[in-house]
Amino acid sequence: MELLYASCIGVLVSCGVFLILRARTFPVVLGLTMFSYAVNLFLFSAGRLSLNKAAVLGYSSEYADPLPQALVLTAIVIGFAMTAFVVILAIRGRADLGTDHVDGYEVEVPVKKIIKKRKVKP
Amino acid sequence: MTLLWIPLLSLLGSIISSMTNTLTRNQSTRLTLLMPIIALLMTISLAPTVFSGEVIRESFSWIPLLGIEIAFRLDGLALLFVFMILVIGILVIFYARYYVSNNDSLPKLYTYLMLFMTAMLGIVMSNNVIQLWFFWELTSISSFLLISYWWQKSEAREGAIMALAITGAGGLALLAGLLLLGDMVGSYSLDVILASKEIIQNHALYEVTLVLILLGAFTKSAQFPFHFWLPHAMAAPTPVSAYLHSATMVKAGVFLLARFYPALAGSDIWFILVSFTGLTTLLFAAYVALFKHDLKGLLAYSTISHLGLITMLFGLNTELAAVAAIFHIINHATFKASLFMATGIIDHETGTRDMRKINGMWRYMPYTATLAMVAAAAMAGVPLLNGFLSKEMFFAETLHQQLLGSMSWLIPVLATVAGAFAVAYSARFIHDVFFNGEPVNLPKQPKEAPRSMRLPIEVLVALCLVVGIIPNFVVDDILSAASLATIGGHVPDYEVALWHGFNLPLLMSAIAVCGGLFLYSQRRYLFKFQDSLPSLNAKKMFDKAMLSITNWCQAKVSKIENGSLQRYLTLMFLIVLLFAGWPLFEMNQLGGQKALTPIDVFNAMGAGLLIVGAISTVIWYSNRVVSLIMLSVVGLMASIAFTRFSAPDLALTQLTVEVVTIILLMLALFFLPQHSPRESSSMRILRDIGISGALGIVVASICYALITRPLDSISAFFLANAKTGGGGTNVVNVILVDFRGFDTLGEICVLGIAALGIYKLLINLPLIMPTSDSKGRPWAKERYPILLASISQSLLPLALLVSFYIFLRGHNLPGGGFIAGLVTAVAFILQYIAHGSHWIGQRLTINYRKIIAVGVAIALFTGVGSWFFGRPFMKTWFDYFNLPLVGEIELASALVFDLGVYITVVGSTLMILASLGQLTMNESKKEVNI
Repeated sequence: MELLYASCIGVLVSCGVFLILRARTFPVVLGLTMFSYAVNLFLFSAGRLSLNKAAVLGYSSEYADPLPQALVLTAIVIGFAMTAFVVILAIRGRADLGTDHVDGYEVEVPVKKIIKKRKVKP
Repeated sequence: MTLLWIPLLSLLGSIISSMTNTLTRNQSTRLTLLMPIIALLMTISLAPTVFSGEVIRESFSWIPLLGIEIAFRLDGLALLFVFMILVIGILVIFYARYYVSNNDSLPKLYTYLMLFMTAMLGIVMSNNVIQLWFFWELTSISSFLLISYWWQKSEAREGAIMALAITGAGGLALLAGLLLLGDMVGSYSLDVILASKEIIQNHALYEVTLVLILLGAFTKSAQFPFHFWLPHAMAAPTPVSAYLHSATMVKAGVFLLARFYPALAGSDIWFILVSFTGLTTLLFAAYVALFKHDLKGLLAYSTISHLGLITMLFGLNTELAAVAAIFHIINHATFKASLFMATGIIDHETGTRDMRKINGMWRYMPYTATLAMVAAAAMAGVPLLNGFLSKEMFFAETLHQQLLGSMSWLIPVLATVAGAFAVAYSARFIHDVFFNGEPVNLPKQPKEAPRSMRLPIEVLVALCLVVGIIPNFVVDDILSAASLATIGGHVPDYEVALWHGFNLPLLMSAIAVCGGLFLYSQRRYLFKFQDSLPSLNAKKMFDKAMLSITNWCQAKVSKIENGSLQRYLTLMFLIVLLFAGWPLFEMNQLGGQKALTPIDVFNAMGAGLLIVGAISTVIWYSNRVVSLIMLSVVGLMASIAFTRFSAPDLALTQLTVEVVTIILLMLALFFLPQHSPRESSSMRILRDIGISGALGIVVASICYALITRPLDSISAFFLANAKTGGGGTNVVNVILVDFRGFDTLGEICVLGIAALGIYKLLINLPLIMPTSDSKGRPWAKERYPILLASISQSLLPLALLVSFYIFLRGHNLPGGGFIAGLVTAVAFILQYIAHGSHWIGQRLTINYRKIIAVGVAIALFTGVGSWFFGRPFMKTWFDYFNLPLVGEIELASALVFDLGVYITVVGSTLMILASLGQLTMNESKKEVNI
């Protein structure tokens, strides 16, 4: 079971990172969301896997570790807030710039020209 | 507590002055003067203790783990500087009242001046070198503000930047030196450092440390070759120059030499570095000063030259020289401050500072002229004035050294030459300004300054005279106390007296005076000679250096930062790969000792679905809607995994968050293209598969290694105390609202901030609104299907009831504020989807920002509330009550805290989704087809 669980996290991380490395905003957001599933599951597993031992007093004799659960719970909510922020940023970026491309300059601009443009004038 | 109060009062004064904007100028001045006067009285009351040889200490623990404390000490040296800082500060504040014109803000000047005063007091009274450095930097910053007081003028801005760059760079060197010093002796306490001369000077890094600390001192004291910032800092208002560039800021550098004298001085390298830097500065600046046509320029170079003299005295490595240095610090501060103030009057009354225009002022302002002439005579070292005494001591000390072997006679000769130039520029200051014919083209008709403006000068000039005539009577106590603190141990016998009989120093003085007057009389030839020399413009060189550094950095930055998000992320992922992957190779065995659990069919199915969902998301990523649906499968499986592995709270949270996330992303797709072009090259795809695959393998391995090892957790505490201490049986919820309540408070704040940020981002959004989908099909005409509308409406009360139930039971059973908040939010969002925001707006006027604020406030005040019951922040209170019919119920303050969480979550989530959703309704805006 542990092996299967770890493999699932590995697959989620791989897929998430691959999507994050795409050049457009929406796949990046999808990738981030998937990545955060992986992170949450990973952090949760720090309390080890246990079946039918929910940390509610009086319902079983042994309990799962409640601390990672509490931390992951807030992480899920904050993850949502951050995803929302990134999505809106993407929308705003598209609206202001007219493109959702985020992988550098779409049309190749020679690097030297850019440096010249940024030079500080005395 | 007295010691702490001295800088604290000054800081308080800064705050008070900043609030006097609405008052009259006189009221503002009086209020500002109040605090330094109280501080001065306190210092006077402490003086007898210090004079008796005692060192007053005070300390407060700050960061005990790092050995850093807030520590003050007042010894003779510190006392002398505190006196100078406060007395001259008070005079300058008084003087500035009449100097600053009505167009400029007086409170602004006072605020900066007092801030600067605080910083200076902090430097001289610190007993901890890190704290000393903190105040040291504060003087750089506050002097930047003071020099750029007339920020409209470009020269003021440039001068301020130059001063900040040079002294700031020196400050960094000083920090490095102080850290090394602290490392050597094992303490940052000044007491310990001063007592560890042997350890420091025998340490292998002594030379490095010394050079770094001297860099700090020399940049601050404008020693050659770092002197050039000081003349440019003359763009500051004259009261500022009188304060910073006579008595305080530049003296901080020589203070540092005096402060570390017991620990660092005495070695050969100290002598070579300090005395030669001092001598070079003394000669060079005295020469340049003669040729400055700007009054303040002359004074600036004269200041540099005198600082060179003091530095050189500290470098001579004899105890008497150190005494002379301290004596000259006092004397220079008094005559230079009064000269700056006199210059201020001349500038104020004539409208210019150019000595080629200002002539014959004796007739227009006789009082000021007399005062300035006395002060200038003191600067030249004329008998009966204080400058003469310390200059005599300086000459005597140059005779007593044997530092250059057989060529040691050179030093007194060079000192006499420098003395002659000092007489020459002082003569120029007196003759050129007050006599020498008639004024030329003055912008203003000169007249005598008001009495009050002259008063501070009178005080200082009187001091020059009194010290010059009866030195023993006036400065003996303070000088011997300061010398004792500088030299450490015992003070040599010295005699400060007007008359020592006919001796060599007197002859040197006489030569200097005659030579100086001769030099001045031949000034025409000298000026011509100077003009024919190639001019070295330090400012241009500085600007050029700054520009090339900036451009170099810019070029490097734009190479790394090319605007590609993917490139940054690739680099970060590679670093993660390196640091997370490396330790795995050093482990012997991946799996741990914990017995593995068998795989059952449900888990296998769930895992299979999760993997299929994840891979499908990637495969179909160019069709965004499809890949979003695939992503939701993954999210669903994640929440099922939480259920399966005994985390019901997490499962509920994940499920509800999943719903809102998918709705949000659906909404976002309306504003974004519905397809991602497949534009990556095959190489790029190969590279990305490599990175992501490797990262997946590393994370999976770490995860496997982690979960197969036995658990050693602090959670036993939470499990044992949840019921007894927190009053709930759902341990996860008790941790959230009680044990780790402060974390939760922070987290709902983040949530609120994110929502507010989104709200702000959506204001004035230039919309790109599609009228049809990507294949050209128009949107459905039926915006609000009746079926959905009627079902959602009847679902609302039910959903609210469920969320209320989840909220209430949260403390004891899975549920709580977060989950209930999300359920409520989902129920409302369904209404938005079914009816549109217009329909909702007619029925409910909700300001989500206020709701978020109320939520955070409730949570915060519940936490603070426990203070009123004498319990720590965020401590839960609970008790059981018996109600008729209902039976026993539990009331806990955690419930109120959770209510705050609930409200914040509802407010934030709805604000995010509703404000985005509302945009889709905005049809008045221009529609652009994509």
